[in-house]
Amino acid sequence: MAPILDITNLRKNYGATEILKDINVSIEPGDFLVLVGPSGCGKSTLLNCIAGLEPISGGQIEIGGRDMTHVSPKDRDIAMVFQSYALYPTMTVARNITFGMKVRGADAATQERKLKEVAAQLQIEALLDRRPGQLSGGQRQRVAMGRALVRDPKLFLFDEPLSNLDAKLRVEMRTEIKKLHHNLGATMVYVTHDQIEAMTLATKIVVMKGGVVQQIGTPAEIYNKPANLFVADFMGSPAMNLIPARAQPNGQGTRIEMDCGGSAPIVLKDSRATGLPQDVILGVRPEDIAEAGFRAGEGVQEAACLIDMVEPAGADTYVVSSLGGKQVTARLHAETSAQPGQMLDLAFDLSKVSYFSPATGERLN
Amino acid sequence: MTDVTLAPAAAASRRNWSHFALRWTLFTLLGLFALFYLMPLFVMITTSLKSLEEIRTGSLIAFPREVTFDAWRTAWSEACTGIQCEGLRPFFWNSVVIAVPAVAISTMLGAANGYVIAQWRFRGANLIFSLMLFGCFIPFQVVLLPMARMLGLMGLAGSIPGLIFVHVIYGIGFTTLFFRNFYVTIPQDLVKAAKVDGAGFFRIFWSIFLPLSLPIIVVTVIWQFTQIWNDFLFGVSFSQAGTQPVTVALNNIVNSTTGVKEYNVDMAAAIIAALPTLLVYAVAGKYFIRGLTAGSVKG
Repeated sequence: MAPILDITNLRKNYGATEILKDINVSIEPGDFLVLVGPSGCGKSTLLNCIAGLEPISGGQIEIGGRDMTHVSPKDRDIAMVFQSYALYPTMTVARNITFGMKVRGADAATQERKLKEVAAQLQIEALLDRRPGQLSGGQRQRVAMGRALVRDPKLFLFDEPLSNLDAKLRVEMRTEIKKLHHNLGATMVYVTHDQIEAMTLATKIVVMKGGVVQQIGTPAEIYNKPANLFVADFMGSPAMNLIPARAQPNGQGTRIEMDCGGSAPIVLKDSRATGLPQDVILGVRPEDIAEAGFRAGEGVQEAACLIDMVEPAGADTYVVSSLGGKQVTARLHAETSAQPGQMLDLAFDLSKVSYFSPATGERLN
Repeated sequence: MTDVTLAPAAAASRRNWSHFALRWTLFTLLGLFALFYLMPLFVMITTSLKSLEEIRTGSLIAFPREVTFDAWRTAWSEACTGIQCEGLRPFFWNSVVIAVPAVAISTMLGAANGYVIAQWRFRGANLIFSLMLFGCFIPFQVVLLPMARMLGLMGLAGSIPGLIFVHVIYGIGFTTLFFRNFYVTIPQDLVKAAKVDGAGFFRIFWSIFLPLSLPIIVVTVIWQFTQIWNDFLFGVSFSQAGTQPVTVALNNIVNSTTGVKEYNVDMAAAIIAALPTLLVYAVAGKYFIRGLTAGSVKG
């Protein structure tokens, strides 16, 4: 299938400052692409470049097979939802939604019909005569989506659309956007700084930092095989444990040694890892450390650790211990008998771990 | 037991009393200030309603014994401004014909300028805005000679279009400042959304920004109208017989009488000349609504 959005070698400078460096992204029709990263990473700028609201300094943007690099936003066949909603304050909801059609000279009957469709789809029929000032945050959000939906574009662009909503509403709207994507089969590009939003919505995630793409992949790829320390740390909550360790070839596999407070180092044997340098950073998700006996499998290795803290969270209990000079969080079952200050046998699932180079931060396995 | 319950009550009543006393001192003071400021207006109005005879014999701050509108009639249509004796009426209309288009044009230009400077950032936008701002601080006197030369070259010397031109030019700095400061508070996302919707530069201005601008239009109109209506220096410098604004005529009425000084006519003329600005405040002040746009674009 031909890509519906194809960005090649995109660069963006403000004067001498490079905002975006050599971005290459391409998505298929029906994809839900999420651009995620900390604030200032250039994700919103990239979205504005795709929309044509920011001129680019180099590279090419193709939408639907057409070169759109120098095409004005109105001719790119896109619709955009803004973080501030950007509803036209003096117009009613109905006129907000139909403004684009009116500007493009659609006849009144078409406007009316599409308005009805979209209003029904988003359940905002009762609000059509109100002004944005009379709406709640969630309602404004819906109207902003309506304004995008009514255009029926090739590409939907969302710029942090949920970050102005309260936590409960955010989760609701998140589900709704996902449903909408599923029902419409539309292609969407979505910017967020919230990694949970990224994981739940995306079919494809682009993790960015400092204007550079760190990793592109499906949510599972990003989560299970982060390309570098930044991605490993940024995606997932609680974050991946990143433990400085020493690696030594040992027969078929590798012997991994981690400092453990004052007592003897913990030694694990990873039968699959090969060719690791002497110093590595071991990345292991909290859920890949269990209480001994609760996890079995080929890569599972057990070791006794001193527990510093126990944090019950209802469904799970998090225990914190110290390995390689770092706080290491393990996600245990809720009924664990772990006590702070006591030793506990923990099971590390080495089939799921990542190794990173301490020097470059890149993934090694 | 009683002591314990009474003590706070007594303290409370003392607090109440001091609060009460403070309030009344404040109101009395404010009332006195208001009276002080209203005094000249009171004298003007009462004097304009008295006959000359009564002014000569009576006290300055007394109410008129017999109310007469003769002085008003004289000031409006009979008083002499130099050799012409048609009162303020023709000059009043001159002022209207100068002020209304000058206010309208300078406000429109200010809105367009402010829109561009605030929402369509371009290279050098800040420099241009600074230069316009600088224009606000140039004293009237400095531009008199160059402006006279310009008007002469344009063939507008001594004409009403010439005066309109001068006031528009002089007003653009202020009107641009007002609109620019208003429009920078409007999120840029609004322009972006409209661009994606397919609207162009003028469409966005006309359909989205102007309807939002009522509060700032009112502010600008009040400011510009007051400035232009009350202007004397440009009016006296760039006009000739027949095109003088009301302020110049008022000066002529007051300063060119011979024989007995007709204080009642002077006062009536001064009030007539000041009425339109008062009217603008009274009418437009109502629309001075704040927060017309509050909550409409933010979450």
